[in-house]
Amino acid sequence: MGTASAGVVRPLSNLLYRRSTLRLFLLLTPPLLWFGVVYLGSLLALLAQSFNTFDDFTMAVTPEFTWANYQALFEEANADIVLRTVGMAAAVTIASALLAFPIAYYVARYAQGWRKGFFYVAIMLPMWASYIVKAYAWTVILTKGGILYWLIGNLGLTGALEWVLELPYVGGTSLSTSNLGRFLVFTYIWLPFMILPVQASIERVPPQLLQASADLGARPTQTFRTVILPLAFPGVVAGSIFTFSLTLGDYIIPQLVGPPGLFIGSMVYTLQGSVGNLPLAAAFTGVPILLVGAYLAMARRLGAFDAL
Amino acid sequence: MSTAVELRQVSRHYGAVRAVDAVSLSIQDGEFFSLLGPSGSGKTTCLRLIAGFEQPTSGSLLLHGQEAAGVPPYERDVNTVFQDYALFPHMSVRDNVAYGLMVKGVEKRKRHAEAEAALELVALKGFGQRRPAELSGGQRQRVALARAVINKPRVLLLDEPLGALDLRLREQMQTELKSLQRRLGITFIYVTHDQGEALSMSDRVAVFNNGRIEQVDTPRGLYTKPRTVFVARFVGASNVVEGELARRITGSERPFSVRPEHIRFVREAQAEHLGVEGTLVDVQYHGATSRFTVEVPGGPPLNVSLPNGEEEAVRPALGEPVRLAWSRHAMVELEPGA
Repeated sequence: MGTASAGVVRPLSNLLYRRSTLRLFLLLTPPLLWFGVVYLGSLLALLAQSFNTFDDFTMAVTPEFTWANYQALFEEANADIVLRTVGMAAAVTIASALLAFPIAYYVARYAQGWRKGFFYVAIMLPMWASYIVKAYAWTVILTKGGILYWLIGNLGLTGALEWVLELPYVGGTSLSTSNLGRFLVFTYIWLPFMILPVQASIERVPPQLLQASADLGARPTQTFRTVILPLAFPGVVAGSIFTFSLTLGDYIIPQLVGPPGLFIGSMVYTLQGSVGNLPLAAAFTGVPILLVGAYLAMARRLGAFDAL
Repeated sequence: MSTAVELRQVSRHYGAVRAVDAVSLSIQDGEFFSLLGPSGSGKTTCLRLIAGFEQPTSGSLLLHGQEAAGVPPYERDVNTVFQDYALFPHMSVRDNVAYGLMVKGVEKRKRHAEAEAALELVALKGFGQRRPAELSGGQRQRVALARAVINKPRVLLLDEPLGALDLRLREQMQTELKSLQRRLGITFIYVTHDQGEALSMSDRVAVFNNGRIEQVDTPRGLYTKPRTVFVARFVGASNVVEGELARRITGSERPFSVRPEHIRFVREAQAEHLGVEGTLVDVQYHGATSRFTVEVPGGPPLNVSLPNGEEEAVRPALGEPVRLAWSRHAMVELEPGA
């Protein structure tokens, strides 16, 4: 039996060894099929859908080419949704970057041994818990009479909180119905997605470069600005793509926390569900694709990827 | 001549490991000074102490007479050429070279002009627009050199700067480094594990072993008068004879060394020479010279190096019994040690 199987296996492996193109073909066909058909195919189908015509009266979709769905995005009600979502995504991204950088810097440059392990667990652990559970937990934390109100009250800062809640755009009737509350939840949920790429990029900066910088007379702040920050910036860009697009696409947190008003995600959910307007839903999903594409192009022009 | 760098009983310990152990050293202004030793001997730590990347555990380090302990690297008048060059990958060659001026706030046009001049000094004129990744190893080495001298430091530290280059380029760079040092007239402190490099370039060399200095001397002094067994073995090829064999030859167990080129084959023992009998076991052809390996009873084999091409009175064949002889002056008594 051993000789029989060797009789088949050996010529086959010899053939694969000699024919590198065949080997590559066999190796790449399954993943390329997956990417080509399942990934890009469905994305293209979605984009094609966005040019179909939706009849408001019959609620039927006909494959007639139209720009009407994209024009509809500029109607005031829809444009509001886009601006609300993009504004929140931008705020969450900036806050995540500001919070993540010092943490990532500490973990990458200073933490050793168990401290490093502790930070990895501390950063990753919230990601293991269910997203829904965390979002609901935050509604309890933020609600009137909840732990955050209790804490702020005991710190004697209730007045300050009330002042903040009266600010336009930020405030609301309570923390759990304010944009501030929604922002806190988003930032909490997506922060690990910023910390990890930033930490990886800071870790990749060779320590010799920092020594070379100091050796040439640069004070620590100068080294940070001219060496660490530019070299870590691709990590910030990578992290911001996560936080930005995850916020853009989310439809659960906007329902649970914050003031009324739809997000892109919840609008898509509504359109494809009860309304059945798949073409407009598809046009809405074009917005994040376009925005992230534009963001990447801008980051590239600013030289964010020069260090790669 | 004044003292550029002085170490007084400087130690650097990492826990129980004594990377640098009570080293005292005085380097003159304008000197080409090498720190030579095997890896882990403390020479690089010594350089890092001078650069300010490390602080001494104890002892005192003076830069041009000023105590340097606690002074950060960016406030020291020394610059370093790193082993792997440590060029900034996100900057052009010109911005790399101009970096030292940039952080000092020198305006753009002036620092670019000076960077261009520094690049010309290392024969890289016109390379300013390129990225470090687009350069060869030798070119990166020159950029690192230009970057380190643009601040006109009084002391330049070089950490095995030629280690990553191939042999031909290394020899060419040795010549260029030496001539650059003469032109700039600044102190070079050069770390290397390559004894040939240290001998050919330096005014003086400190030989490191196990965190301590074995000997500080001129290249000629190191080669002709090694003080310890370690130095005799590490600097140049040498026959170190100790123990029983030493007693048979000189009457004392004190180790001594004799260079292979100072030993001759003779037919019979001569009163004015020292010598020993053995068996020729190997001959290696090295071009200008040939190396003969002779097994002697009571010790490790001895090497004999003879020039090729000239008439030799005695040139034995493999396996033959031979008699070796050398002059008393060629023999150096050594302090025992590692």
